[in-house]
Amino acid sequence: MDFSIFLIQCLNALQYGLLLYLVAMGLTLIFGIMGVINLAHGSFYMVGAYMAFALAPLVGGNFFATLLVGVALAAVLGYLLEWAFFSFLYEREHLQQVLMTYGLILVFEELRSLLVGDDVYGVTPPDFLAGSIALGDVMTYPVYRLFVSAVCLLLALGMYLVFTRTRLGMMIRAGSVNREMVQSLGIDIQFLYRVVFAAGVAIAAFAGMVAAPISSVYPGMGNQVLIICFVVVVIGGIGSIRGAFFAALLIGLVDTFGKVLLPQASGVLVYVLMALILLWKPNGLFKAAG
Amino acid sequence: MGHIDKGKLLFTGGVFLALALYPLVAESYGIDLVTKIMIYAILALSLELLVGSTGLVCFGQAAFFGIGAYAAVLLSPESEAAGWWWLLPASVAAAALYALFVGALSLRTKGVYFIMVTLAFAQMAYYVVHDTPLGGGTDGIYLYFKPGLDTLVDLGNPYILYFFTLVFLVWTFVFLAILLRSHFGRVLAGIRINEQRMQASGFSTYPFKLAAFVTSGGIAGLAGFLFAVQDGFVNPEMMSWHLSGALLVMIILGGLGHLHGALIGAFVFVFLQELFKSEAVFGDFAKHWHLGLGLTIIACVALLPRGLVGLPEMLHQRLFGFSQRAKGKANGKLPDNTATEEAV
Amino acid sequence: MKLFRATVLAAAVLCATSAHADDKPLKVGLMLPATGTYATLGSAIENGFKLYVDENGGKLGGRDVEYVKVDDESDPAKATDNVNKLIKGDKVDVLVGTVHSGVAAAMAKTAKDTGTLLVVPNAGADAITGPLCAPNIFRTSFTNWQPGYAMGEVMAEKGYKKVVTITWKYAAGDESVNGFKEAFEKKGGEVVKQLSLPFPNVEFQALLTEIAATKPDAVYTFFAGAGAVKFVKDYKAAGLMGSIPLYGAGFLTDGTLKAQGGAGEGLMTTLHYADELDVPKDKTFRAAYSKAYDAQPDVYAVQGYDAAQVLKIGLDAVKGDVSKTAEIAAAVEAAEIDSPRGKFTFSKAHNPVQDIYLREAKGEKNPEVSVASKALADPAKGCRM
Repeated sequence: MDFSIFLIQCLNALQYGLLLYLVAMGLTLIFGIMGVINLAHGSFYMVGAYMAFALAPLVGGNFFATLLVGVALAAVLGYLLEWAFFSFLYEREHLQQVLMTYGLILVFEELRSLLVGDDVYGVTPPDFLAGSIALGDVMTYPVYRLFVSAVCLLLALGMYLVFTRTRLGMMIRAGSVNREMVQSLGIDIQFLYRVVFAAGVAIAAFAGMVAAPISSVYPGMGNQVLIICFVVVVIGGIGSIRGAFFAALLIGLVDTFGKVLLPQASGVLVYVLMALILLWKPNGLFKAAG
Repeated sequence: MGHIDKGKLLFTGGVFLALALYPLVAESYGIDLVTKIMIYAILALSLELLVGSTGLVCFGQAAFFGIGAYAAVLLSPESEAAGWWWLLPASVAAAALYALFVGALSLRTKGVYFIMVTLAFAQMAYYVVHDTPLGGGTDGIYLYFKPGLDTLVDLGNPYILYFFTLVFLVWTFVFLAILLRSHFGRVLAGIRINEQRMQASGFSTYPFKLAAFVTSGGIAGLAGFLFAVQDGFVNPEMMSWHLSGALLVMIILGGLGHLHGALIGAFVFVFLQELFKSEAVFGDFAKHWHLGLGLTIIACVALLPRGLVGLPEMLHQRLFGFSQRAKGKANGKLPDNTATEEAV
Repeated sequence: MKLFRATVLAAAVLCATSAHADDKPLKVGLMLPATGTYATLGSAIENGFKLYVDENGGKLGGRDVEYVKVDDESDPAKATDNVNKLIKGDKVDVLVGTVHSGVAAAMAKTAKDTGTLLVVPNAGADAITGPLCAPNIFRTSFTNWQPGYAMGEVMAEKGYKKVVTITWKYAAGDESVNGFKEAFEKKGGEVVKQLSLPFPNVEFQALLTEIAATKPDAVYTFFAGAGAVKFVKDYKAAGLMGSIPLYGAGFLTDGTLKAQGGAGEGLMTTLHYADELDVPKDKTFRAAYSKAYDAQPDVYAVQGYDAAQVLKIGLDAVKGDVSKTAEIAAAVEAAEIDSPRGKFTFSKAHNPVQDIYLREAKGEKNPEVSVASKALADPAKGCRM
């Protein structure tokens, strides 16, 4: 592999890692901070992607308008879901969350099949983002992927700042450590959790919408990303936003170079990575802090 | 030996009796279906040992199941039937061996990390059979001759296989019931409730957890052997995390902390699937059977926090307005503890 | 609950009648995916099948057709249970299915053991008309090898010398690439690299970079469904579409052109079906299909349609008596199937000996350019019939 190819592969790794982080971000909130095992995370991602496809004609085709409307709708969905289902689960055992969200996956998949059908759909990015940049004379790189990477970085930065620099972030972090204490300090923990959950769902859907032009929109897309998202959060350390970020980048590296250097084993490399990291650091790379 | 709840004994005995008598009324599809359910019940019991009794939530049980099955197929000679009396233990041993490896490494982690590490190891096994020539690749491999021992135990015969499976189901149940009431089982229960306290009392918890893990893996391998014999066909999807997830659903649905919960969960889960898939009941909508199944599962979580084993008690409370628990407390008996809070 | 089940099954026992009456309805067991990634293929096959039956008065072999459906979920682990449900539980007379090769292999094995007549309307695994072949098993679709082999010949004739192949690492991908390699290397070409990634991974960037670095004359690929949509889009976005020509088995552009948003324009692929075929049967078929289902048919619908045709030919010869396997097989083997794809016959292994078309993607269609390979027969390695 000559040097320029190596650099391009690094770019591929970085870009994939950032995409992974974007998709896993909603889960870092709900699973990492709130401690809810949300198997339906993939379904929210799928909802976002299908919204990108379905809303586009309704909103007049403007990509950013679609994003805004979609995020708003997803936040509302998240808020209602938390109120209707998840609020009952905090007191209960984690395994019941597993069961409940497993049921939700099935329900969402079928609703999708009933409402939108089972075909594969494509979403086109807005024109000004649809071009490509030349990388030497080897190949070109689509501008849209760079856009997605930029969006992810901004969002990551934003989340980090909210969590570490604002009162809201402080309350959320405190609530995840000791719910009763926060409540006794007079903060409406129920409302807080509802907001965080809604944000988690909205971010997952947002990721689906933004990634849709790259990944297409198809049945089962949620299930495919689900496991890798959990792997990202766990490698990074549950409760650590910074950890998930580095974990995603690490996975991007392993996946990209694994495909090229060890194609026979590339399917299993990510899991080997997770096993190795957890055996070295049983609680993930970073401690829960933000 | 501790106190044995008469109600549970009657119930479980009744189930086994019904299963023994079932072939009298069933036709061949029914035999196949119930054999399959019994295999899943054995698998669910193996997971119950880990999750419900020891508080170790393993998300990779399908791997041990698959290894048992693949061992059964790979170790069978090409052109003749293998003797089940060596093939079965070999399959169990293969699965237990992998469980030893996985357990030794993953028991260093706790809680959700433990769940994910077990998943990781299951995925590794999955990819080995999926992507390498070792496992015959994505389309799986066939067992051309079903093992047996002369014509006496010809496992190619569905009726013989049915009773063979039933015998092992009963054996597994009794074995686990005795195990959990033994000193070993009490230590596991202690670990489930509060591992730190156990350690403070002087128990080295790691060997106990590992032993439970290996035992569980071996039993899962037994189920895998039976599955391979029944289907005559193994496939990498047997090791997929979807199956591991479905098993967790079964035992949670049935009720954690109770062996007969695993039994109930397996039967009910398969029954629910059959029900929702049935065109006779749902007509054209049957193709969307995932919806019905999903809603039922959600309803179960909402209404039956302790799983289906808690149903009689709940109904009793609703109908007669006074608590069994109060009655039980008055008699000096404590209700079953199914809390696994500390496990995750 | 077990009692309920026992009662239901007991009732079924009482209601079931044994085989052998010609005037009793013909129970056709349709084992197809109703959920999951292949759901649309399943429904297209079913629609095609039912269209043919309706065109023949709802009868096959003189018997009224009754359908029993099972959702196979494209899950091989449940395949044997599902087949048993149809054969032993619902006591179907014939089996039709399925899309996923792993599931179809389980069906084939069970059909071989029980002697039930099975028609496979899609699954392309070479093994089904290879080691698993049997007199009572027919396939109306293709082997993964066929379109690959045809494209190998085409690309060799176009003068390409060094080619890179890329696909998923699973049976369908491997068999397609092997077919391609066999033909291409026979005519003097060289496959310099065989790239693959685990199924169903769709992160292609690393491998696209590899292709760019290798600089072959052309690329041959096998992808289908959502993977095909993404691959073509990614290939174009990587700027390779202009510099390194891309070719593939037909599934790359079948049903995916719209979702690809124009990225696939001009792609040449090989398949046993195409748009704008100059076959009269195809024109009438398409008209009838779009009238009945308010949609355009695709290759899967054709395969389903032909599956029904095969059953009619076989069962007509024995007046609906499904137990006469040898006569059914003989009738179908001797017949020429009047398919919308063009007329074809069956090989000894019961796979279609058919024309493979070279197509070019234009808009949302894949019109035929020429016949890439006339009457191509799969070598059926391992079939002992």
